[in-house]
Amino acid sequence: MAENPEKRPTFQELMLRLQSFWGERGCVLQPPFDLEVGAGTMAPETFLRVLGAEPYKVAYLQPSRRPADGRYGENPNRLYKHLQLQVILKPPPEDIQEMYLGSLRAMGIDLTQHDIKFEEDNWEAPTLGAWGIGWQVMLDGLEITQFTYFQQCGGLDLNPISVELTYGLERIAAFLEDVDSIYDIVWTRDPVTGKVMSYRDVRLAEELELSVYNFEMADIDKTWQHFGLCEAECQALLEGYDRLHDNKELSPVEKKRFPLLAAYELCLKCSHLFNVLDARGAISVTERVGVMGRVRALAVGIARAWVDQRTSAPLPEEDAGMVVVANA
Amino acid sequence: MPEFLLEIGTEEIPARMIASAQEELERRLRELLARERLTAARPRGFSTPRRLAVLVSGIPLAQADVSERLTGPAVSVAFRDGQPTAAAHAFAKKAGVEVTKLDRVATPKGEYLSAQITRKGRPACDVIAKSLAKEIASIYWPKSMYWQKPSERFVRPVRWLVAMLDDEVVPFEVGGVRSGNRSRGHRILSPGEVLIPRAGAPYVDALSQACVLDREEREQRIRNALAERATTIPGARWCEDLALLETVVNLTEWPSVIVGSFDGEFLRLPEEILITVMRDHQKYFALRGSEGKLLPHFLAVLNTDGDPQGLIRHGNERVLRARFNDARFFWESDQKHSLRERLPWLKNVTFQKDLGNYYEKTMRVQRLCSWASEIIREAGVEVRPGVVHKAACLAKTDLTTELVKEFTELEGIVGGLYASVQTLDRGMPAATQQLIAEVIYDQYKPKSADDSVPRSMEGAVLSICDKADTIAGMFALGLAPTGSKDPFALRRQANAIVKTIAEHKLPLSLLRLLELARETYRGSAAEQRFNADLSYAEAVQAFFRERFEFYLGEQLGVAYDVVKAVVAAGCDDVSDAVSRAKAVGEVRGSPDFDSISVAFKRIKNILRQARETGKQVAAGVDPAAFREPEEKQLGQQIPLIAALVNSLRQSREYAGALAEISRIRPAVDLFFDRVMVMVEDERLRANRLALLETLLKEFSTIADFSEIVIEGKS
Repeated sequence: MAENPEKRPTFQELMLRLQSFWGERGCVLQPPFDLEVGAGTMAPETFLRVLGAEPYKVAYLQPSRRPADGRYGENPNRLYKHLQLQVILKPPPEDIQEMYLGSLRAMGIDLTQHDIKFEEDNWEAPTLGAWGIGWQVMLDGLEITQFTYFQQCGGLDLNPISVELTYGLERIAAFLEDVDSIYDIVWTRDPVTGKVMSYRDVRLAEELELSVYNFEMADIDKTWQHFGLCEAECQALLEGYDRLHDNKELSPVEKKRFPLLAAYELCLKCSHLFNVLDARGAISVTERVGVMGRVRALAVGIARAWVDQRTSAPLPEEDAGMVVVANA
Repeated sequence: MPEFLLEIGTEEIPARMIASAQEELERRLRELLARERLTAARPRGFSTPRRLAVLVSGIPLAQADVSERLTGPAVSVAFRDGQPTAAAHAFAKKAGVEVTKLDRVATPKGEYLSAQITRKGRPACDVIAKSLAKEIASIYWPKSMYWQKPSERFVRPVRWLVAMLDDEVVPFEVGGVRSGNRSRGHRILSPGEVLIPRAGAPYVDALSQACVLDREEREQRIRNALAERATTIPGARWCEDLALLETVVNLTEWPSVIVGSFDGEFLRLPEEILITVMRDHQKYFALRGSEGKLLPHFLAVLNTDGDPQGLIRHGNERVLRARFNDARFFWESDQKHSLRERLPWLKNVTFQKDLGNYYEKTMRVQRLCSWASEIIREAGVEVRPGVVHKAACLAKTDLTTELVKEFTELEGIVGGLYASVQTLDRGMPAATQQLIAEVIYDQYKPKSADDSVPRSMEGAVLSICDKADTIAGMFALGLAPTGSKDPFALRRQANAIVKTIAEHKLPLSLLRLLELARETYRGSAAEQRFNADLSYAEAVQAFFRERFEFYLGEQLGVAYDVVKAVVAAGCDDVSDAVSRAKAVGEVRGSPDFDSISVAFKRIKNILRQARETGKQVAAGVDPAAFREPEEKQLGQQIPLIAALVNSLRQSREYAGALAEISRIRPAVDLFFDRVMVMVEDERLRANRLALLETLLKEFSTIADFSEIVIEGKS
């Protein structure tokens, strides 16, 4: 609950404030990654960028889809798709915690009137071969951010490491607006008419329909087929890269233009399709571990290849490429 | 004498790691100073989530000078034709004196050069500065990280260092941070740096308005505030919870306490759920009324100095409401499917990757429970096999409920609660159903050494069989715990089995239980993955022997030698071995048993020597071969007393049996006084050895008395 109701940001203002806060601190502001992901971490702006030696700072909103968490729009606290603000700082500045607290002030939270605790919470994503050390940040007893010092990603030790901040925006907004249901959050208020668009108005139908799809109607056979196709294509690409790698006479250009990013997108599709099958109850226990292992194998393979691609001989026109990143 | 201060400023250290880290830092400083001959007062440690600190007073300015004598080369080598050689010059240089000033000492090997030298003590500041980084890096953390160089690890990033001898900075560096004289206080209440004027009391004073440095002081403040806040609710008292208290002490730098409330409607949910949400998820203290009933209020410990506008209370109440709503939603939606309906769903819950799913486990445990109930009943203990069977059938079904998925620490408890509110079988008497519910509820007990065992005999059987199934499967796979590796907590589960059998006095052989448990895997897919080379029985016996020793020694406080003595006579029957240990503990130290213990040690030695030197022991004692009256007397008494001892042992009257054993003492003492065992006459010797062997065998069935340590001797 913000102190002055006038200053309480709407959901939309919250998104804008956090993004400008991090933009002003040198982060590249990216649009949300345009494929289904279970968490902001899975977007290539985190998963791939934290690998290798180049510094990077980025912030992006990321709708995160977790089919099994869907509740047909009936549960006031749980969603199939929730919105994260994801920040990656590589390497993290020394005053990273103070900077983070600054972002809470930017949301309109007067920290002298609230209780902030950093409680141990280490994060792990086995399917990404990623883990880190950190905290859940508690504001008046509410977990508002996951704060992680990444240690490994794609099964690789990181150097330098990155800090990942993941803000759960619905929770924060419900707190700021002091509402008991996410659906009551004010998404935006028309400045002219004062008409309110609530979270319910904007998203309820989506929660309901996708819960129905994921739990009841997703075609199991076809979803498995999609999974198999994406996996096979991803594997084929990885094998193609391995062949390039073994061929010593090849020009570095061949390696640089190899579409590992496309392979990663295929891997993400597999991950999401797996989640749909899981929600649909189509994966037995015995299969489950195995299928997760398959997705992990793709992710880890891509991470290794990607690092290799970054560290092989640079192209002459590298400066114009995507690798070099403005570091404010 | 100077005072020393070290403060390691970090980002928030996990609460569970702070107390032991503070102790370790104190110990490291103490040992460092002792090692470096800087004798000082005992270090005093401080800690908050963001710092570990140590103050030491009375540090000498420098190490004392040390005078020592160096021995150099032999004179014959050091001088040739009366002139010093290179060896002499080198030694003189090392000793820091001229060649002509070197002494000569006579040794058994001849005359050697020698010199008395004085090593200057180094200044304390230099010595400490050189060692601190290494000491800090060596602190043990259950989980550590790196944030700059992969080689530099700590629990969380180090952000500042204060190291001072009086007002002088002791220079060193950790993780790119240089030591100085600037500390920090509470993040929000005391922003910015705090200048530390000097080590000692001024350090504490400088931070006194910035944070509460001392852990004990924080604990006291929190205790007082909890008690004081509780008085604002009529008739309420806070539920003391030491583990939770330690957590909040280590989560705060400036604690205060608020009282919050929740809708009384939630009190309809089982207390276990409400408490779990409050304690484990929100770190709140529950409040109880005068009759012990839970009240719709809670106490939250804040890391700030108060909540004048009530915003923090409001926020915490909001979070708790959402959590309780979730719990209620799960509680209600879980009722749509009875535990019975959920049984086949267990086929989709993995127990262990090689041991199959929980449905298969349920089937095995049910069978094991039937066998175990039967054995117990045949031994005359009252147990209701039908109740155990039914409870075993439903025991794991709560793993499929939303409530357990959300609150995993409530597994078993939720099953018990659901079993008590659902219809298990039409026409089942209410008391039977409540007993079944209780058995399910208690199935994971005892969860730790301090936890109580299941309340009923039926609960004890299920708890034991469930754990025996896990241990049997893991051992058969060859996944027994090794060293510090015990990922499936098999030791804890075995401890639980031992404690439950002992406290319920179950007439159950451990080996039999584990063999039956192994038997339930016969023909399963899991069995094909079992390790065939393994000696299963030996492995589980050795494992349980250790667990039993742990139980006797650590939990019952039985003396170590008694534990060894009793276990040497077997511990497969746990409750029997416990009775023997108690009886032996009673007579330990009495003159009769001290004497018997000495005699038995001697007998063991004699028999060992006889074995080692190839001396024959007769196959049986031949009374006709006795020569001396003392051996005749001993020979006559052994069978008489042994018969009495054995009959008392059969009826488990160990105090009586031991009293009988003590009656053999005079005969044994006389025998050793007057009779020589290792005589030349082969036949006589063999017969005497046989007599001793019989004595040892007949009187070691309760305990191996030779293991008993006599006070004053080792």
